[in-house]
Amino acid sequence: MSVFDFSAQCRLGHFSLDAVFQAEGRIVGLFGPSGSGKSTILRLIAGLLRPDSGHIAVAGHVVFDSKTGVDLPARRRHVGLVFQDGLLFPHLSVRQNLLYGAWARGKRSGLQLDGTIEILGIGHLLDRAPSRLSGGERQRVAIGRALLSDPAVLLMDEPVTAVDQERRAEILPHLQTLAEHARVPILYVSHAMAEVERLADQIVFLRDGRVTNIT
Amino acid sequence: METSHLGPDEWQAVALTLRVAIVAVLGSLPVAIAVAWFLSRVRFPGKILIEALVSLPLVLPPVVTGYGLLLLLGRHGALGQFLDEKLGIVFAFRWTGAAVAAAVMGFPFMVRGIRLSFDAIDRDLERAAASLGASSWLAFLSVTLPLSVPGILSGALLAFGRSLGEFGATITFVSSIPGETRTISSAIYALLQTPLGDSAALRLCGISILLSFAALVASEALIRTGQRRLAR
Repeated sequence: MSVFDFSAQCRLGHFSLDAVFQAEGRIVGLFGPSGSGKSTILRLIAGLLRPDSGHIAVAGHVVFDSKTGVDLPARRRHVGLVFQDGLLFPHLSVRQNLLYGAWARGKRSGLQLDGTIEILGIGHLLDRAPSRLSGGERQRVAIGRALLSDPAVLLMDEPVTAVDQERRAEILPHLQTLAEHARVPILYVSHAMAEVERLADQIVFLRDGRVTNIT
Repeated sequence: METSHLGPDEWQAVALTLRVAIVAVLGSLPVAIAVAWFLSRVRFPGKILIEALVSLPLVLPPVVTGYGLLLLLGRHGALGQFLDEKLGIVFAFRWTGAAVAAAVMGFPFMVRGIRLSFDAIDRDLERAAASLGASSWLAFLSVTLPLSVPGILSGALLAFGRSLGEFGATITFVSSIPGETRTISSAIYALLQTPLGDSAALRLCGISILLSFAALVASEALIRTGQRRLAR
């Protein structure tokens, strides 16, 4: 059983995506130049975009299938999404951001909270407003927020691109620890080869909306 | 000395104006939020016509709006007769009718202010909420609405300011009955028609300027708060 079983066709203006891949690494890298369709694939998996046709299964659960008419809404897909610029809720504190997923699903996640805070090293930031975080801190909180929504997989869309060089070195080790401890598979999107090589067990290469190679 | 103090009739007009404006704003706010959300988030053919309809009271002669309300909600109006007979609700020549007129006239301002703040919210924030497990209703209540609070308040204050000055639609729809529908504007107009009414009219003008100015300053201040809040 693959963690990511993806096959989708999708037309967006001038851009067309027709990508098929199966992957099962702990961290799967999705690598390609900008405009190759990486973010589109993430959005298709998360349910923020609907493909014209295809079959998408995550951790053994079918979330979309055009033949059988399955199309789960984003909130039922249990896919933790980390956006490029964090997208923390600006009117909530770091703690409230972290607990948003548990709150939205009506669950408690106090135990997980402590573990996640420790792995990401964000314990001292809990009462801050997102506007008072550095880029690196913001991304770590965004990762924690996604992780605490109890996802079956984590999707990360260039999580360190908006962060300066020094801070990247501060986030990447956290990601490795995360993949080892949290046992949540990660699909990691990046256009920086060094980053993908360092983190990923398996790499899917993308170009012009097509998969060109899988290692 | 007499020129510096408001008489009981004038106080009555001031109190009535405030009551009419507050009721108008509170009553139309939920509708304005719903319409603003609809215009900001839903795309459909003919949308431009709905947008124009919402803004119509801005450009229509107020007397036309007032006459329209009279035809619709008057004692013998299409809706007015039904409301009177079935529910015992009467708007014609009542202060509640003045509130309806004020609400209709302030509605475009309110919808505009609220819609601008809905438009300014990064839709990915709502998507993030959805991916974290929130239904669209919960995402609206916990993300969209709180982030729009300054815009909603500023739109409501603009509509409040507009309601304070409402004259044409009000006087056409509910006339100018002292103690019932004589607001500051219609009281000033009545005073100017009366010999020796000038000083009282002037005092009411002063109050009117103060109230409107305060509403505008508050509205501007809230817009700035909103901009700061969204600057992440």
